[in-house]
Amino acid sequence: MKAILEGSHAIAEAVRLVKPEVISAYPITPQTHIVERLAEMVADGALESEYICVESEFSALSAALGASAAGSRVYSATSSQGLLFMAEVVFNVAGMRQPIVMSIANRAVSAPLSIWNDQQDSLCLRDSGWIQLYAEDVQETFDLHLLAYKVAEDHRVLLPVFVCFDGFIISHTYEPVEIPEEKEVLAYLPPYVPVNKLDADDPLSMGMYATPDYYMEFRYEMDQAMIRALDVLKQAGKEFKNTFGRDYSELIEAYRLDDAEIAIVAMGSVCGTIKDAVDAMRAEGRKVGLLKIRAFRPFPAEDIKKALSGIQKVGVFEKNISIGARMKGAVGYEIKDALCDSSVQVLSYVAGLGGRDVTIGDIKKMTDAIEAGNGDCFLGLREELI
Amino acid sequence: MALRIGCAAAPGQARENKTGSWRVFRPIFDHDKCTSCGMCQLVCPEGCILTANSEFNPDYDFCKGCGMCAQECPAKAITMETEAK
Amino acid sequence: MADRSLELVECGHRACGGCGPAFAARLILKGAGERSIVCASTGCMEVFSTPYPQTAWKVPWIHSLFQNAAAVASGVEAALKRQGRDEHVLCICGDGATFDIGVLCISGAFERGHNITYICYDNEAYMNTGIQRSGATPFDASTTTSPAGKKSTGNSRPKKDMPQILAAHGAPYVATCSIAYPNDVIKKVERAVNTDGPCYIQIHTPCCTGWGFDGSKTIELGKLAIETGLWVNYEIVNGKVEKAKKVKRKPVEDYLRVQKRFAHLFKPSVNSEEIAKIQAIADANAEKYGIDLKI
Repeated sequence: MKAILEGSHAIAEAVRLVKPEVISAYPITPQTHIVERLAEMVADGALESEYICVESEFSALSAALGASAAGSRVYSATSSQGLLFMAEVVFNVAGMRQPIVMSIANRAVSAPLSIWNDQQDSLCLRDSGWIQLYAEDVQETFDLHLLAYKVAEDHRVLLPVFVCFDGFIISHTYEPVEIPEEKEVLAYLPPYVPVNKLDADDPLSMGMYATPDYYMEFRYEMDQAMIRALDVLKQAGKEFKNTFGRDYSELIEAYRLDDAEIAIVAMGSVCGTIKDAVDAMRAEGRKVGLLKIRAFRPFPAEDIKKALSGIQKVGVFEKNISIGARMKGAVGYEIKDALCDSSVQVLSYVAGLGGRDVTIGDIKKMTDAIEAGNGDCFLGLREELI
Repeated sequence: MALRIGCAAAPGQARENKTGSWRVFRPIFDHDKCTSCGMCQLVCPEGCILTANSEFNPDYDFCKGCGMCAQECPAKAITMETEAK
Repeated sequence: MADRSLELVECGHRACGGCGPAFAARLILKGAGERSIVCASTGCMEVFSTPYPQTAWKVPWIHSLFQNAAAVASGVEAALKRQGRDEHVLCICGDGATFDIGVLCISGAFERGHNITYICYDNEAYMNTGIQRSGATPFDASTTTSPAGKKSTGNSRPKKDMPQILAAHGAPYVATCSIAYPNDVIKKVERAVNTDGPCYIQIHTPCCTGWGFDGSKTIELGKLAIETGLWVNYEIVNGKVEKAKKVKRKPVEDYLRVQKRFAHLFKPSVNSEEIAKIQAIADANAEKYGIDLKI
């Protein structure tokens, strides 16, 4: 069934189809439309979940953890300040190996306070052990939620997943979405079967503390699971294609990279703008292409290395900043590392922070800068303010 | 033995830790004075006072020698002695 | 009724000899029974009972973080409801987790009315980290962050009234009890787990290491706290205080004198002024709860 849906409402549809037994919800701009639509669905009986109106994001993820540990599939959503507030639980959930899927409506972090989009919130938790997927448009956001549960609950993985999408740009934009049938989703995503479960018939102690003799091996196991997730994600993506017709069997997408001399690397909705900019520049005879990253954790270094082989100059579009880092953004470092065996020049460009609009003109300017070898800087600063 | 993910473990393994080695004093139970009230068994923080053949005895593998049983026994049937080396 | 003969906390845990909380743990599970899921906070009980892999818990047990046991329990309860399961959901947390860092999560859980039983084992300080002051630390008690010194007589604030706070949330059953009266603990826990809605039990669990007394005297200390009126055992049923335990009251010195954490009130000389303030607290408790036996 095809419908024109606001991004948030499309996500609510995806959640309705995966049938979580427990939803814990705390509102934060720009995720609120998701939790509101879910509340409506529960109130009307269209979704049979326990809907907990928690009193803070800290409790949102903690309640999700408890429900997951008791054997239920769960869902929550947050952004920015909420994600940072629950950061302690974020690390805890990954270490407890609970397959929680959480929507992240990417939003800038305070201070200064901003409700508008950038990717700082999810990226600053990249060490946590959560799988991180980034969506370009509403359809992909919808699809990645189904894929996320399948991968998270896979016994080879058992790691939680952030499904990231740009706040307002995706969450509040209406786009056509293909919504599959319930039985198709059930065929793709069978009911959750936990490995560890709180159950009086088979007692277990979960979340014990680890002395120095044990801690490192637990963390090693998490890293191994994340490495296994590279293949599990691709398999789940291929199965997605076979079930629903849309192909997610790759963790990256190459757009007009074949004979490109310059590659722009980016994640999220800006890829749509960059594709248009690439088309415009190609029409002018410039050999430029886009490498879109769909999975940031696990980081598909080998795939990226292959995709960018033969490229001479790479510019990484960063909607985030690591204050004080020489290269400025989180993504650039990992791209540079993936290409460390080659002589490719990799430059980072910080842009679009706090919802600053990114235009085709900006991308053209970025391409000029890449070509000139001027990078590791901000793009589009208002000079009159500084 | 391989780790169980999620820092999880099945019940009972605490028994591998024999806390009896902590003792400085050990309780001696006088069964002639004992009235079988069960107070010692109830109050032991370790839960290591066992009943066998209607007789209460501490499990010396785990008894830490805290002396609560001796303190609370209404019949004064338990005395604390220095643990022999 | 639960099988009270079961030992659902295994031997081999690493609590101090004579530990009040360890004693309380056994009593709690005698009241709650085998079909209980325990959500624990970080603290003495969690640490002495679960160094991987030597867990002392024979019932399902989960520990997440310091402050969020009530939120975790909310999620467990919701999952059980959806799955049609009957296990009791308990939180077992120390006073630090309950009175201070966990207030947010507890308030939310009680406001939402989850069917859980929240049990606070109150040893009146952050004991696991080495005896620091909490919102439950009594007036003038010396802790490492509220030490007695040349310019201080110890903790300068009264104990937070957590039972009343949670009763004000509409909890159907709230009770205070003490390991000094073990069968009372078992009974109150049993009543709480069998009462629908969020219930709160606060158990006085004297700490020999933190308060400074010999581990064999844990019950004696608990009795003295009650007999001096500095701890009151009572129940709040649907907002009304009931069954406060009556005592033939002893002067507070009898309780203070036998603990190192109050030693500064007696040496180098008796600090009558401060002791009078503590006596006033006991007198106020006696008045408020009507604990004085009329002879």
